[in-house]
Amino acid sequence: MRWGILQFPGSCDERDALQACSLSGEARLVWHESRDLDGVDAVVVPGGFSYGDYLRAGAIARFSPAMEAVAEFAGGGGAVLGICNGFQVLCETGLLPGALLVNESLRFVCRQVELQVEGLHPPQGTQFFNRPEKTLSIPAKHGEGRYWAPEETLDALEANGQVAFRYAPGQNPNGSARDIAGVRNAAGNVLGLMPHPEHAVDAMTGSTDGLRVFEAVAGARA
Amino acid sequence: MSVPAASSPHRALGLTDAELDLICEKLGREPNGVELAMFSLLWSEHCAYKHSRKLLRRLPTEGERVVMGPGENAGAVSLGEDVAIAFKVESHNHPSAVEPFQGAATGVGGILRDVFALGARPIAILDSLRFGELDSLRSRHLLDGAVRGIGHYGNSIGVPTVGGEICFEPPYEHNCLVNAMCVGIARREEMVRAAAAGVGNAVVLIGASTGRDGIGGASVLASAELGEGDEAKRPTVQIGDPFEESKVLECCLELLGKGLLVSLQDLGAAGLTSSASEMASAGGVGIDLDVARVPLREADMEPFEIMVSESQERMLAVVEPDRVAEVLAVCEKWQTGGSEIGAIADHGLVRVLRAGELVGEMPVEALVDGCPLYDLEPAEPEGWIYGNAASLRGDATAAETLLALLGSPGIASKRWAFEQYDSIVGSRTARRPESADAAVLAVPEAECAIAVSIDGNGRRVACDPYAGTVEAVLECAQNLACTGAEPLGLTNCLNFGNPEKPATAWQLDRAVQGLADACEALDLPVVGGNVSLYNEGPDGPIYPTPVVGMVGELPDPALAAPSAFAAEGDAIALVGPFEPSLAGSELAKLRGELDAGLPQPDVAAVAAACAAVRAAVRAGRLSSAHDVSDGGLACALAEAAIGAGLGCRVDLQHLRERGCAPDEALFGEGPGGFLVSGEAEKLESLAGDGVAVLHLGKVGGGAIEIAAGDRSLSVPLADATGAWHSLAAQAEGDSAG
Repeated sequence: MRWGILQFPGSCDERDALQACSLSGEARLVWHESRDLDGVDAVVVPGGFSYGDYLRAGAIARFSPAMEAVAEFAGGGGAVLGICNGFQVLCETGLLPGALLVNESLRFVCRQVELQVEGLHPPQGTQFFNRPEKTLSIPAKHGEGRYWAPEETLDALEANGQVAFRYAPGQNPNGSARDIAGVRNAAGNVLGLMPHPEHAVDAMTGSTDGLRVFEAVAGARA
Repeated sequence: MSVPAASSPHRALGLTDAELDLICEKLGREPNGVELAMFSLLWSEHCAYKHSRKLLRRLPTEGERVVMGPGENAGAVSLGEDVAIAFKVESHNHPSAVEPFQGAATGVGGILRDVFALGARPIAILDSLRFGELDSLRSRHLLDGAVRGIGHYGNSIGVPTVGGEICFEPPYEHNCLVNAMCVGIARREEMVRAAAAGVGNAVVLIGASTGRDGIGGASVLASAELGEGDEAKRPTVQIGDPFEESKVLECCLELLGKGLLVSLQDLGAAGLTSSASEMASAGGVGIDLDVARVPLREADMEPFEIMVSESQERMLAVVEPDRVAEVLAVCEKWQTGGSEIGAIADHGLVRVLRAGELVGEMPVEALVDGCPLYDLEPAEPEGWIYGNAASLRGDATAAETLLALLGSPGIASKRWAFEQYDSIVGSRTARRPESADAAVLAVPEAECAIAVSIDGNGRRVACDPYAGTVEAVLECAQNLACTGAEPLGLTNCLNFGNPEKPATAWQLDRAVQGLADACEALDLPVVGGNVSLYNEGPDGPIYPTPVVGMVGELPDPALAAPSAFAAEGDAIALVGPFEPSLAGSELAKLRGELDAGLPQPDVAAVAAACAAVRAAVRAGRLSSAHDVSDGGLACALAEAAIGAGLGCRVDLQHLRERGCAPDEALFGEGPGGFLVSGEAEKLESLAGDGVAVLHLGKVGGGAIEIAAGDRSLSVPLADATGAWHSLAAQAEGDSAG
């Protein structure tokens, strides 16, 4: 398994993602100005504040050469995981539906949250979490993580099994619609979530539940 | 600040008549406007430490683990053969009192630059904050702004904020304190000093362009008391851009990693003026700078403005001429500025040019070391010189008293604040905020971990500047011991009022002596620090507030003990030479009984207890360890219980047999106490070498039950939890009516 982790100026969690991906294969950073993904099997768009995010989270990163390559990669069925800022970038790019708004509290929040794994009916050919065995304990940290989409889009996401993760009851840290913490595209090869699985791969720093997210992405390319 | 035209422009810039005479003598002529502006900054209290430098000579600064000491951008201690830990704490008090969001944000930005200027990657931020009481709208505004500002900068740049403290006391109402500490990790072979070297080498300005923000910050804002009309000082506060700094950080670390820089210095207070002069001074060389080559935000800036601007996110590097092109290419890669603006010379002068034309010329020595150092004129004030109104009824029961203490914002959980900070980025945070007494960060590069703590109780220092400062050092050492860490070194920030006033001078003198004596006794080097004076508002000075930041080493982060109890049925014990007293305590404050004087701490006895606890934690013999601090033993028990969701049943009979009154045993404070839990025999093994272990009781049940004679109490865990988590409501004004 060969992972490519995008690196924008202003990325914060790219080294954490690199370390986490290294646990299940080879991992390398892909500079934002590069259109060459170097034949990786899966791409991670990491957390942080790409290009400072002063305009709107992810609004500038979507225009980067590396994201153009990622869009093409995803269009060909390549597995893409967007974490936090990466999720925001994927939504801005149109690879995932919906948008991430400022938290209901209007404050940044950093805390461990429980996630329910959804996706009982994955579309054919995808392997994201078809076994919702238990909740995952994974930290969330963001100021703009409130998932929003028009009601009819939300209904369609639910009907298609595109809601990948929900915050467990009482755990929604940001006011996300229908407690949605992560979604995937209709084809199932692009996944985005606000919580940080790369910060849950070592018991010493919290939990190891995040490993399951990376395993699932690795499985999605099969 | 503007170019002085009035008859005594130096006074408006904060220089005395005698200081101006001295400048004229050193130059052999009157300074021009550029030179006067530069002298006024470098001769300010903020840059020259003219009221504190003599005192600071008392501090021990050497030790076998010291890699870099005071005088560098930050201090550093060794961790194994190849790795060094760099750290420093610095104040950004006055900017934060004028504009809390940007003041606190740029405080974080500045201390980060100090650390990566050494070639260290920042891995942690801690903050020590002081505000007035939360029933004041101003205090809530300052708290909210400062917390948001710290989060804004730290979160955006991807350095975790892992710990800190926040206290609320009336003397900080007008003049809040924002002290930020950064810890970084470096490979020792890649570290670089700030001294300029190599005549003919190029001087390269890296990072943001230079604007009119922060002009005169060091002299006008940081070196005078706050008062009416502070809004007009807002232009002296800098504006932070964490994205720019993140690029500058990566750029500088790449440059240092490739060995492309001779030396590196951040631009902080007094901007180009201080960084260029200090680099030249440290290297014993001269420097030529051409302001026409400095990239500007506004085209019409005057030379003096360019030289004193405090625009953020800039670094000054010395580069060998044939490597300049490579350096500029790395700047280009990171999309940040890189401009060759001058050269190192052998003339011993700072020469300021504009497109080749000389506009200022001063001996480096006169600028950097020429400022007269003043002796303090200390006089001990009589008794308690601050106010103190009672806020707790005199007939409050012990249970009511415990709830009042747990809900007082200084003791209450700071979750509301620390959840606004990213505490985990970097994947090193082994103990998150409030889960252990000190933050614990894994350092796989050296196959070990570090623990970091920051502490300082201004109220207790106000009661007794000497003992209170010793206690701040001891508290940090105790916090570290709870995680199994052995202290390696210390940084400090001395926040005091106007040193020209005898009472403040006395506080400063006694506090520095306390710091020196405690460090000597613990064999701990002071590797860096900062002094912030003139912290006064219209109602008088702040509490004298020395803040101590300490870094320690532990072999295994997985063994760092949590603060909270861990298991039902575990035995609870009090370890160490704890002699509780209500003097200077949180309870004395609530009762309106504050007065001068504290018991004198026994440093050697506390050090022995630290060693015993440290050894037990490293051996995995304790389920929990928590130092007894604000609010005394009752609050320590409540915190350990709330954190675990487990009650406790204890009896303070043993303490009372030592002669403690019930309220002293419950709520009395003092150094040296550790609250530990675990298997009874393992707790017993802590005793010895003069270390006392008192068995208190057991973990379990749904209440905090403490037998203390006629002040025995039982508080349901849910009630205690509610009180302890009341800071959010208080901070957002929900309960202020």
